[in-house]
Amino acid sequence: MAKFYTKEHEWVEMDGAQATVGISEHAAHELGDITYVELPKIGKSVKQFDTLAGIESVKAASDIYAPVSGKVVQVNGKLEDTPELVNESAEGDGWICKVEGGDAAELGSLMDAAAYAQYLKGL
Amino acid sequence: MGYCPNTPEEIREMLAVIGAGSVEELFAPIPAELRAKSFDLPPGMSEFELMRHMKEKAAACGAEIVPFIGAGIYDHVIPAAVDHLSSRAEFYTAYTPYQPECSQGTLQALYEYQTTICRLTGMEASNASLYDGGTAVAEAALMSLRITERNRVLLDASVNPLHREIVTGYLHGLSAEGVEVAQKGCGSDLERLMASIDEETAAVVVQNPNFFGSVQDFSALAAKAHEKGALLIVSCYPVALGLIAGPGEMGADIAVGDGQSLGNPLSFGGPYFGFIATRKRFIRNLPGRIVGETVDNQGRRGYVLTLQAREQHIKRHKATSNICSNQSLCALRGLIFCASLGRKGFEELALLNYDKAQYAKSALSGIKGVTVLNAEATFNEFTLSLPGEAAPVVERLLASGVAAGVPLAEYYPGMEKALVVTVTEKRSKDEIDRLAALLEEALCS
Repeated sequence: MAKFYTKEHEWVEMDGAQATVGISEHAAHELGDITYVELPKIGKSVKQFDTLAGIESVKAASDIYAPVSGKVVQVNGKLEDTPELVNESAEGDGWICKVEGGDAAELGSLMDAAAYAQYLKGL
Repeated sequence: MGYCPNTPEEIREMLAVIGAGSVEELFAPIPAELRAKSFDLPPGMSEFELMRHMKEKAAACGAEIVPFIGAGIYDHVIPAAVDHLSSRAEFYTAYTPYQPECSQGTLQALYEYQTTICRLTGMEASNASLYDGGTAVAEAALMSLRITERNRVLLDASVNPLHREIVTGYLHGLSAEGVEVAQKGCGSDLERLMASIDEETAAVVVQNPNFFGSVQDFSALAAKAHEKGALLIVSCYPVALGLIAGPGEMGADIAVGDGQSLGNPLSFGGPYFGFIATRKRFIRNLPGRIVGETVDNQGRRGYVLTLQAREQHIKRHKATSNICSNQSLCALRGLIFCASLGRKGFEELALLNYDKAQYAKSALSGIKGVTVLNAEATFNEFTLSLPGEAAPVVERLLASGVAAGVPLAEYYPGMEKALVVTVTEKRSKDEIDRLAALLEEALCS
């Protein structure tokens, strides 16, 4: 399975119909110590690039946008008490939520890891 | 600080700099009909004359009238400590006293205020205060929209009608709606409220004691709201909480109210303060400022504004509220009031209100043709039914120096005979007896 990235620094990984969503390691590093993740409600429907969740760090409060459309089926409950998990493992255990029902074709408008790395260089 | 106006010499200098010949010439572009003809100011007065003048004005405005008026704002005793401590320069002159490095006193007072509000309401988290009771109810309604992501708020019609109007005003334009649910007699129609909660309902708003003075148990309503994924908002009268079960105990999600009754004078309508408190899990949805306790770099206890990512200087249009201030001084008075009384004193105050109101209730309902409309228990306020229209009777008693209560006709069409009477601890037995005698005389003649 491969990760795809948005220009707003979210990542998504498709596993069949289910997409796991998080923020990139670059984003977690830029935000600094993360103090709170505002998880979406289970059952919330989003279109690609809609606001999905929120994240607060000691430096900033930001929105997390949906890299793909779909319905939220699971959230990472561990983040409620240990939001620092996003700093420790942004693209692993620090995932935000899982979305179902997205259209794989939407991945076409995202970047793969290599393209994202290139994109970061240009920032 | 000098309050002297510009001297003629200074005015001449300024005119010379800007090249105007006279003040008249300076203002010439403003059409004559738009300019003040005369400010009609009386000659100056000495301090003594001014005091006498203001006292006469106060008397003419009804300051000497004995009030049995409540309906949201209450005439309570204010211990001298409240005026004395709240007017200390450290508190009184501070503006936006939020920088922790120079405002530990104010921040600590607000933190203790928040603790006091939580203890009074039985909730877990309070902000540092809002503008007044009405806007607090509205902020609670908005909070429920954010938490539930739904867009309908049920408003019990026995909630203060002015507060309901503010809620409706706030909801207008947010593609959310406030739906009123008629009261039953002088109480909330619990069955109808419960039946009205559906999957679109963000919250149910009730008031305890309500606008008619009735006290009710909203525990079952809270359970029903939660079952449907909605919240329960209880607006309450803090002094009553010394005696009746608080919103927290009934399972409410948000408790709000007007804090005026805690150490703030009537003052013809303000300034007062509003309070809002909630469950810990909803703290990030609170509007306004929140003070938190922390430690400094040497491990010493200190206070700071906290959870600021909710606020508009960070979240801009996505902030929980456009409130970025609070009513520090009025809230401080509330804190000093509560601290002066202590837990026991607060309970005694509430009991005194209840006892005096019960005495008045029996004295007034003993008058021929007068009945008490509340089927429910009451605190320090109750609704009477008079034999005829209430408003003219109130007018008549005013001439004898007594404000008998608030006629309900203005707020509840069809209740022309109803009068809400309030009896705080400040009303003496003599005053209550005088009200009864005057009312009897007015009704019998």
